[in-house]
Amino acid sequence: MASSVNPASSPSSESPPVEKGSSLWTDAFFRLKKNKLAMLGGIIVILILILCFIVAPILALTGLNANAQDLSNRFAPIGEGQGGLGTDQLGRDLLMRVLEGGQISLLVAILATLMTVTLGIIYGGIAGYVGGRIGNAMMRIVDGLLAMPFLIIVILFREIISGHVDELARFFIDVWGWSSDSVLRFANLIPLTIAIAGFGWLSMGRIVRSAAASLSQQEFVEAARSLGLSHQRILFRHILPNMLGPVIIYATLTIPSFILYEATLSFIGLGIEPPNSSWGKLIQEGANFMETNLTVLAIPAVLFSLTLFAFNFLGDGLRDALDPRASKD
Amino acid sequence: MLRIILSRLFQTVIVVFLLVTFTFFAVRAIPGNPFAAEKATSPEEQAALEAYYGLDKPLPIQYLNYWKNISKGDFGDSLAMKGRKVSTLISEAFPVSLKLGLLSLLLGMIIGMPLGIIAALFHNRWQDYSAMVIAMAGICIVAFVLGPIFQLSIAKPLSLLNVAGWQRSSDILLPSITLCFGVAAYLARLTRGGMLDVLSQDYIRTARAKGVPTLQIISRHALRPALMPAVTFLGPAFAAIITGSFVVETIFLVPGMGQHFVLGITSKDYNLVLGLVLFYGILMGIANLLSDIALIFMDPKLRNS
Repeated sequence: MASSVNPASSPSSESPPVEKGSSLWTDAFFRLKKNKLAMLGGIIVILILILCFIVAPILALTGLNANAQDLSNRFAPIGEGQGGLGTDQLGRDLLMRVLEGGQISLLVAILATLMTVTLGIIYGGIAGYVGGRIGNAMMRIVDGLLAMPFLIIVILFREIISGHVDELARFFIDVWGWSSDSVLRFANLIPLTIAIAGFGWLSMGRIVRSAAASLSQQEFVEAARSLGLSHQRILFRHILPNMLGPVIIYATLTIPSFILYEATLSFIGLGIEPPNSSWGKLIQEGANFMETNLTVLAIPAVLFSLTLFAFNFLGDGLRDALDPRASKD
Repeated sequence: MLRIILSRLFQTVIVVFLLVTFTFFAVRAIPGNPFAAEKATSPEEQAALEAYYGLDKPLPIQYLNYWKNISKGDFGDSLAMKGRKVSTLISEAFPVSLKLGLLSLLLGMIIGMPLGIIAALFHNRWQDYSAMVIAMAGICIVAFVLGPIFQLSIAKPLSLLNVAGWQRSSDILLPSITLCFGVAAYLARLTRGGMLDVLSQDYIRTARAKGVPTLQIISRHALRPALMPAVTFLGPAFAAIITGSFVVETIFLVPGMGQHFVLGITSKDYNLVLGLVLFYGILMGIANLLSDIALIFMDPKLRNS
């Protein structure tokens, strides 16, 4: 009866089309697209990743070699040499050197950032979700470690690990007959990566903890709890997805700072060891020969600075896009 | 106020204790031996050297002995540089690092803080964007790129300044200019953030409504609270710049503390590394304390609590 009285209330063809809701992520992407510097940074980041991890291996297959010396062709200017960017003090191809150096720099930074994210989420998530006295005590430990001088601790930590990693690498080579070149090349990264991540995750832990603590106070988590969901399900389905924003922002900004730490340590000779080479090492070698040939310094320095710019602008842009309240605009 | 200072002192003591303990066991856990690198040392000679420096004793005894000596003001002898005391090495290197650090911090403040204030005043206009791009450049074009550029473009052609070294009084200029940009960049960002926070406060709007001129609003009302994040940063930055200028000291051959630290690590000079770390920890505590005190004077809320 009622339906015949009031036709407007029936959800028939009269009702307006349902507006498709825009999620946090589409909103954020829209804001990010409007930020030209951040988009430029993102494009440069992708280009550099493609150059180092796709183009460089292909070039290597075509016969370019970063370690092949040619003493008759030292300091070739730009435009010469196999790769077209000239050669260094030992006649090695500069393009391949700078791309393979970039592989190492980026690999260390990205691996260390992944470790940082994992450790930070586990530690910070537990501290924030458990809360109370245990959570506070866990954070006191983080505060204490954060008060330590970062570079000094990382240097000491790396020195301790590197001896053991060398032993382990030799074990793999001797016992399992792995190719010694590739094992040693990779083994060289590990101590530095672990050392940087081992003390670099602290700020991430703090950020995750404050996010988890405020989330676990909110109504929808309380609702999930009152429904009798397990801790695990609440953590993974409700809390974790909601703190992805700050984690992504901070991880993007962590990568350039780790690239910088790696380069600093390699520059002073306490990072990547020869025959491996990273951007920091290349810049240090280039600075020694800059009076003879500036390109040896300029090319790695430009690529290195460009990478830092790109990651930082992208990270700042992501922060503005994902967390408009936090950015002071 | 007294409570803030006391809690900072307490925190410093704990941090220094943990730092020294960690370093003590860490340097000894590094594979290798401080005397193994020396030429033609027979096992007997090595044993004699270890006995001389007390390294043959069990670790806990060595650790207790270290604190015992420290309490007497004795940092021990350098293991790598024979016949030199760690305290002499530090007392020679510290004034160098202090001068370099203070000058670059001062330059960083002179450049960074006005940049941040300008950026905040012209928020979201071209002045703001260019100031922030400059600040980003200061963060991304790091010391080991800037240093060689300065050497090549300033020191070489002008020939007024030495490319590297620490003989003339003008030798401090290039390293401190190289170091100051990073500090300036962070200070500019922090000052901008602080200033924007303050400028959106009600009492600033009141002042504007009363018709107070902009310059006076900034100097009388906004500047002091706006600089607080920057001042908080200055304490740790001061300590970091004094010991952490490894890179700049390497580039410009400055005989400061950073070089000793790097050499100490590579030559496994336990006593030198420990002495530097202990000194650094104390320095960091003092720097943080100074920035705490400065904050107390800047913030009436903290002063009265």
